[in-house]
Amino acid sequence: MNEFFKIFIIPGGLLLIFMLIALIRLILGPTTPDRVVALDTINTLVVAGMILVGAAYEEVIYIDVAIVYALLSYIGTLYVAKYLEGGPRE
Amino acid sequence: MGIKIVLGIFLGIGVIFNCLGSLGLLRFPDVYTRLHASTKATTFGSIFTSLAVIVYSLSRWSSIGDSKFIVLALHTIIALIFLIITNPTGAHAIARAAHRSGVMPKRAVIDQLKEVKLK
Repeated sequence: MNEFFKIFIIPGGLLLIFMLIALIRLILGPTTPDRVVALDTINTLVVAGMILVGAAYEEVIYIDVAIVYALLSYIGTLYVAKYLEGGPRE
Repeated sequence: MGIKIVLGIFLGIGVIFNCLGSLGLLRFPDVYTRLHASTKATTFGSIFTSLAVIVYSLSRWSSIGDSKFIVLALHTIIALIFLIITNPTGAHAIARAAHRSGVMPKRAVIDQLKEVKLK
């Protein structure tokens, strides 16, 4: 714990609050694309927060996990979008 | 002392834009405006919070010389590149899927994109 710990962990906590705001939209969302948009926002905020936590604790492994999480959430978003488009149309 | 001011500016910009993105996601009326608010604002905010981490680790590396910090900076740059590439692409896919699954913007009357495709 050095002097920079608080500088990085406080924005991390604020990003957690914004994730909860997006979670409200994920629960309320009237249509399915609304929920997908909210999940995409939560994924972006998780990646940003994980980078901040990795800088606060000075551990590189958090940032490696953030890279893999970003790629997997991207694949998940594309997959759900492909599912929503429906099958081949004539 | 100067590095703390730079970090404060970068993290402040990032947190403010992430806050605006999630508030816009909560407040806007339909899918397309929510996508507009949340994707652009959170991408911009995440770029700035990651830039703060990069500046911090590069300054610690140049002052101490510990090789852990240059690894931290390089991995953050890689994560930032992935974030910049994947986030707009995913938003585009969601918008196309929303249009094709029949979600209309609020108070929309005509759909010219569908009319063009029918011709």
